[in-house]
Amino acid sequence: MATKLPKPDELAKIDFTPPETGWMDTPVEIKPGMFCWGAKAKNLRAVEFPNARDWSPAEEDWKLPGEWEGTVLEAMADRLSKYRSFKLFMDICVRCGACADKCHFFIGSGDPKNMPVLRAELMRSVYRKYFTTPGKVLGKLAGARELTYDVLKEWWYYFYQCTECRRCSVFCPYGIDTAEITMMGREFTNLLGLNTDWIAGPVANCYMKGNHLGLEPHTIKSSIEFFLDDIETVTGIKIEPTFNRKGAEILFVTPSGDLFADPGTYTAMGYLMLFHELGLDYTWSTYASEGGNFGYFTSNEMAKRLNSKIYAEAKRLGVKWIIGGECGHMWRVLNQYMDTWNGPADFLEVPKSPITGTVFENAKSTKMVHITEFTADLIKNGKLKLDPSRNDHLKVTYHDSCNTARGMGLLEEPRYVIKSVCNNFYEMPENTIREQTFCCGSGTGLNASENMDLRMKGGFPRANAVKYVRDKHGVNMLANICAIDRATLKASMEYWVPDVTVCGTHELVANALVMKGEKERTQDLRLETLPGKEGN
Amino acid sequence: MPTMEFKGKQIEVDDDGYIINLDDWEKDMADHLAGMDGITLTPAHWEVIDFLRNYYKQYQIAPMIKILVKEIGKVMGPEKGNTKYLYELYPGGPAKQACKYAGLPKPTGCV
Repeated sequence: MATKLPKPDELAKIDFTPPETGWMDTPVEIKPGMFCWGAKAKNLRAVEFPNARDWSPAEEDWKLPGEWEGTVLEAMADRLSKYRSFKLFMDICVRCGACADKCHFFIGSGDPKNMPVLRAELMRSVYRKYFTTPGKVLGKLAGARELTYDVLKEWWYYFYQCTECRRCSVFCPYGIDTAEITMMGREFTNLLGLNTDWIAGPVANCYMKGNHLGLEPHTIKSSIEFFLDDIETVTGIKIEPTFNRKGAEILFVTPSGDLFADPGTYTAMGYLMLFHELGLDYTWSTYASEGGNFGYFTSNEMAKRLNSKIYAEAKRLGVKWIIGGECGHMWRVLNQYMDTWNGPADFLEVPKSPITGTVFENAKSTKMVHITEFTADLIKNGKLKLDPSRNDHLKVTYHDSCNTARGMGLLEEPRYVIKSVCNNFYEMPENTIREQTFCCGSGTGLNASENMDLRMKGGFPRANAVKYVRDKHGVNMLANICAIDRATLKASMEYWVPDVTVCGTHELVANALVMKGEKERTQDLRLETLPGKEGN
Repeated sequence: MPTMEFKGKQIEVDDDGYIINLDDWEKDMADHLAGMDGITLTPAHWEVIDFLRNYYKQYQIAPMIKILVKEIGKVMGPEKGNTKYLYELYPGGPAKQACKYAGLPKPTGCV
């Protein structure tokens, strides 16, 4: 069972004193509350991952396969020859320390092995030992060490205390992408069956049923029908979306979390209302029913397999292009990998908004447009009737999700949309937003419930910035464009800044959207009475 | 694999104490699990458990809290169709705690 989470004032006492022993001589201590449960055999077996067995990180014996050192070193040699970035990142760090205090996990935990430079050094030291001459000859003198059972445990513990958010990379004078080192670390441990169940479960679900939560087609439909009832209650308008419809112009893909977890569900209601108001010729899919990709947190190959269904479904349905919902890592995958993994999608057209005629040149290759780009273009062209005063009871700030900000440069569109639908908008301090945004603290599949100590420590820097604008401006709403954020920031706010609520951006849009034939709005999408409408 | 002793048998459970094989569940087990948390199940508790089990049978997943709230409101009356009422019944959370007693897997929320 998980340990009890300390109270916020206790967790906020962060000890930055490093251990007295050198880092190589300080053995890893696997602490409860800081790691996720081991992957279940059935979930690894479902996707033919190696060494499927039940295991627990808390136990001494991790039930590794025989010859595991060889497996890791062979894989390392293979990736070093395949990925030039990985080779470069193993070689070029000068340990200047610019990244050291930029990591939310280091700031929140004080553990030196969460300094990005040291986290990477855990792997570099092994690289030196087996792949460089100085390391082979001089060993520890050259910063090299052998790959032992304890080293492997240390890798696992700290590569699952990194959310691949890439904030450290922004400050690295060499541009080393520490996320790629963590990705390799996870890829190697994956070869030994050292996955967590919080990642392996969704991967297995997604492979078998199309989405992380394992929602069956009729479950997806029933969930959306539930939203439609609420939309009708709020607006008086009956919406009839379509599913798996061949010949639709646009396929819409969003994270399954939007369909089954508050407050993502209100974001999903927002999509439904916007598309209805536009009369958009689009369809949902119960097959390509997941925008997110937890495979991305296991191996490159798995991420590619899970991603393939998006283009496959676009082709089957004969759509022209694709709109994607509000999600973070989903967009790192779509923007940077999808077209070369599973494309070219030359059966699709370059996305062109049927409402404004705008051609999305930036999506020429992927054929997939982020919904805030689509909506920002609508607003810019005056195609939406908006009443931002309906959001006047909210004082809103915006959390850039790591992957959309640093992974695709989507900085202005969400802000433009939010400012168009809300009158009260306040930015958090500039070193905590945009390219320098702080992670929610629970990305890359770390958003389980057994590792709350880790999550709240990692979430502390972001929460602290929210607290600042709450105290200064009375901010009470934290908007974002990521399904993981909607789930994790909710927990982090309840813990650190309890009077701040979390919402997706299209929830705010739909609340302000004046729809044709709607009744007077007296409630928001959460069915809460709007201020001033109490008597209605 | 952790186990839980029930009626002299060892039942497989996960790291959080949710039973692994849903077929192992029987009504007495709900009382047993609730008893371990110091809760005595009343007909009001059973309304929730029965709804969860039926929903799971149909959709292979535990429902969202708001679906549960709406349904309980329909069956038990509007004054009980709210989260507060459900938390009074299940202080550990209507999703997590009630699912455990109902013999369903631990709800995952958003992943």
